[in-house]
Amino acid sequence: MPRPELQAPPEIYYNESEARKYTTSSRIVDIQARISERALELLNLPNDGVPRLLLDIGCGSGLSGETLSENGHHWIGYDISQSMLNVAVEREVEGDLLLADMGQGLGLRPGVIDGAISISAVQWLCYAQTSSHEPRLRLKAFFGSLYRCLARGARAVLQLYAENMDQSEMIMTYAMRAGFAGGVVVDYPHSTRARKAYLVLTCGPPSTQTTLPKGKGEDGEMCSDDSDESADDENQTVGIYERNRPKKRLKVTKKGGRGKQWVLKKKEQMRKKGHTVPPDTKYTNRKRKARF
Amino acid sequence: MRLLTHNMLASNIKGVTSGYPLRIEAHQSAAKEADFNADFLRNVFPKIDWPALVSAAKTLGYGDLPEEAEPSMLESDEFLRRFHHALLEVHVEEGALVCPETGRRFPVNKGIPNMLLHEDEV
Repeated sequence: MPRPELQAPPEIYYNESEARKYTTSSRIVDIQARISERALELLNLPNDGVPRLLLDIGCGSGLSGETLSENGHHWIGYDISQSMLNVAVEREVEGDLLLADMGQGLGLRPGVIDGAISISAVQWLCYAQTSSHEPRLRLKAFFGSLYRCLARGARAVLQLYAENMDQSEMIMTYAMRAGFAGGVVVDYPHSTRARKAYLVLTCGPPSTQTTLPKGKGEDGEMCSDDSDESADDENQTVGIYERNRPKKRLKVTKKGGRGKQWVLKKKEQMRKKGHTVPPDTKYTNRKRKARF
Repeated sequence: MRLLTHNMLASNIKGVTSGYPLRIEAHQSAAKEADFNADFLRNVFPKIDWPALVSAAKTLGYGDLPEEAEPSMLESDEFLRRFHHALLEVHVEEGALVCPETGRRFPVNKGIPNMLLHEDEV
């Protein structure tokens, strides 16, 4: 599937039908919840049970915000798509919603927010959707305003799908220029599916607190606690998050065709299912003569 | 939109220096119950711009907040209840937020303020 960023601007791409997927597809709901839980974990808020005021940038239909609410936090959600926000209103999310463009800056008072998360949104800034958009200026405005509104020592965790190294480097550069310290945490770097990159940024100068947490599954262990869940994923059909997934290729022999063994196997399978299948003979998988 | 969010929100138009607080023009407001949590209120109190909260609450017809507030008042349960109600339970449903410097109106529909800027305002 091509990247949604290349298809249309976000306010148009996330239309009624696309937004609807975020309520009807249990798979999307599940993935979003898992990513936002991990993002909240990486935020590393003090564990004192006090609710915080958080930002959810690109909140969409409020799936990630729900995770924040479940943990007792108050949140303010930003999104540019009216359709997605309508779904959020329908779902009666607990946070406040704003229809706004993160590339224009967040427009908040300085130092009031205790943390920010963003799920699969920031990479949109790298694409110029109209002639007036300048990705670099928009990244600068976004990170600048984010840095200003966060309290000292607060963290921002941005999960993103960068298209290539240049893009993630550009995003990182502008985050650093805005004054953030931090880096990228990659969960399951060896897996094409479960791999998720989180930009973990800390407001203020580097200190002992700004050491980066480790990504899950970094030491070659593959998705230990994730393996059974990703097996479930295989049976689902709606795919939004698996970008650039290599297509499954069937083995094809040099002559063309898949070989007699393969045909016999398939016939056996169909027989087991109770279909009527022609008997296996010496003619099985042979080509017809040209004159036929 | 709760007054908590209104209290944090400033006008984002290019060149505006005093875009805070946004004036509320409410055609419709609502009160929805929210869980009371004293810890959150104590935590968020230093970040609240008190005069802005008082005037916003008044616009929406809630005048029980004291004009001045100081941290010592956070011990009083009654004060906390009023603070809680104004901050988290009063919602602006329909209306507009108005930038105090330029008079630009940000419409509020279904409780969602539209903060999108035009190209010449960025």
